[in-house]
Amino acid sequence: MNLRPDPTFHASPKLAMQAPVENYAFTVMLSPDGTQSDGIAVIDLKPDSDTYGQIVHQVIVPNKGDEFHHFGWNACSSSLSPLSGHAFLERRYLIVPGIRSSRIYVIDVKDPLKAHIHKTIEPEEVFEKTGYSRPHTIHCGPEGIYVSTLGGGGPDGTEGPPGIFIMDCETFDIIGRYEMDRGKQDKHYDFWWNLPQDYMVSSEWGLPPQFENGVVPEDLLSNKYGHSIHFWNLRARKNIQTMDFGENYQMALEIRPAHDPTKSYGFCGVVVDTTNLQGAIFTWWRDDDGVWQSKKTITIDPRPEKPENLPPLLQGFEAVPPLVTDIDLSLDDRYLYVACWGLGEMHQYDVSDPMNPVLAGKVELGGIARGTKHPNGKEFVFGPQMVEVSRDGKRVYWTNSLYSTWDDQFYPGEEGGQMVMARVGETGGFELDKDFYVEFPKGLRAHQIRLEGGDCSTDSFCYPSV
Amino acid sequence: MPETVSLTALWWAVIFSGFYHGVNPGMGWPLAVSAALMERKRRAMPKALGLLAVGHFLAMIVILLPFTLMFFLVDWEVEIRIGAGILVMAMGGYLLINRRHPRLLARVHPARLTLWSFLAATAHGAGLMLVPIYLGICAIGADETGHLAAQALMGSNIMTAFGVAAIHTMTMTVSGGALAAVIYFWLGLRFLSKTWLNLDLVWALSLVLVGGFGILSVYLGH
Repeated sequence: MNLRPDPTFHASPKLAMQAPVENYAFTVMLSPDGTQSDGIAVIDLKPDSDTYGQIVHQVIVPNKGDEFHHFGWNACSSSLSPLSGHAFLERRYLIVPGIRSSRIYVIDVKDPLKAHIHKTIEPEEVFEKTGYSRPHTIHCGPEGIYVSTLGGGGPDGTEGPPGIFIMDCETFDIIGRYEMDRGKQDKHYDFWWNLPQDYMVSSEWGLPPQFENGVVPEDLLSNKYGHSIHFWNLRARKNIQTMDFGENYQMALEIRPAHDPTKSYGFCGVVVDTTNLQGAIFTWWRDDDGVWQSKKTITIDPRPEKPENLPPLLQGFEAVPPLVTDIDLSLDDRYLYVACWGLGEMHQYDVSDPMNPVLAGKVELGGIARGTKHPNGKEFVFGPQMVEVSRDGKRVYWTNSLYSTWDDQFYPGEEGGQMVMARVGETGGFELDKDFYVEFPKGLRAHQIRLEGGDCSTDSFCYPSV
Repeated sequence: MPETVSLTALWWAVIFSGFYHGVNPGMGWPLAVSAALMERKRRAMPKALGLLAVGHFLAMIVILLPFTLMFFLVDWEVEIRIGAGILVMAMGGYLLINRRHPRLLARVHPARLTLWSFLAATAHGAGLMLVPIYLGICAIGADETGHLAAQALMGSNIMTAFGVAAIHTMTMTVSGGALAAVIYFWLGLRFLSKTWLNLDLVWALSLVLVGGFGILSVYLGH
């Protein structure tokens, strides 16, 4: 407990953009086959430092086979909610779940160079107290730390639907399930919210048997992955509306609401449209009658390719699907970054008008049957995947691994972990920084990035940018 | 003569407690700032302050009224005042040990300001903080009126309870409202987090102090 609010808590997105820039990044290192322990890499981002762009510390966990994926903070700008009156938590701990093991590590990063494990929550505790498994996305909110899960109970996670559970933000005890009325929700992936407007949006990937051993082509072609998003009354914990994009829009993943809490819209990325292999972004919004609506506002075409250049999974299609696997929105709600992991492209859309996004910039790197090299001449394995934008919107960081077994299907025979950074121009557009290229230790891949002091996919703001 | 002085002092204590509750962000002034910003209307601020005031007033009355009834047992005045003092100290002690934020408040819809204000005040023992002061005022009143019928005494105590709650809430609203207005019109949101002080410890100690004062005054005053 502090006497004053943590200086990294900001009332509005605008104040967060004006705050000092990030000094460190925390990035997931995962062992794809479980032969090594997973960990968190601490990367120096201070341009004038001798160790700029290098891994300066590693937190390696004692167990193997956790498969780290997404992670988040114990506290963020949401602590400044006018409803809380107690803005004195510290942004100090990273909550890092293993999506394969269901184990959760709480890592103390108060001194990034001495980051260490503070607490470990064993999988049995997660199963027993929630009936859920395979914890995934972390957000800090009104009742503590909210954790989405991808699996229900039982060994393969299909006994009962997956959902969200709540953890205490100080003791890290698991409190229990979030949902009081889940409606039609039976799969899970991402979630985020607008705190003053009291709504939450959640999305769907698939059940554990549909992803743990790789994508199941029959399930994909018969449209059995998730294709709906769910709108919730956040504090009443009730699903108020389920919106089906259409069954061909397979895997509705990342949810990115506008950061400014006066706005009632956001975006959702869809991995693949099974009718034409396009990637898609939907804009969702609340209309004047309070009903949620959505419209497909971005489509990204597949690229034709000779079968002999393609992995077995794609040979029949003679094309490279874009595979929109991550999206991220800058804090001014202006630029939406879209990772096309299959094509090997990162797109930047100007979404000032959320109903009419305009492509403002594009970076090619890696990619299926293309393998574009980094400007420094080195390889970029797989394609652009987890993307994170600096608070000021001037630097865009990304890594390359999607999920161990899926990497192996779409990029068979490739191995490695890299993190790169692009600089955003004053009037849009962005270019890779030749001097920023982090090579991960041998045998470890890279996934989600968190920036010291918060970034564009962690903090929820309770006051508008004025 | 000393009694008139202490009566004045007690009413000043009511005013001071209102000021103290008003500047505490836990009693809701940041909500008035956010209401004006979210609705993009200045007049949303006085409206929010009004709703918060109603909730706070109710929280005060709900605590004070039962003590009004207890004064019906006029022979037990000393015991009641000591008991009330212990109760207030206990609440302070509880808040000292349990420094956790009441999670119940997180379940309230952000637009239900009166309910939120009522629950926030109750959960923090804001009403209890007034009890020793209120009982002090009543005790002096009882001495002055001498052998008035119990019914008349109670009527006057009820009036006092409403008076204490009203003056307290008014001062609270003025001080919280002033802080909200200064941030909204002049300083800007950056100062929202800068003026936000952790009063948890001070608040809990205040309860202990006020409770202790209530007990002490029984022996010193009457």
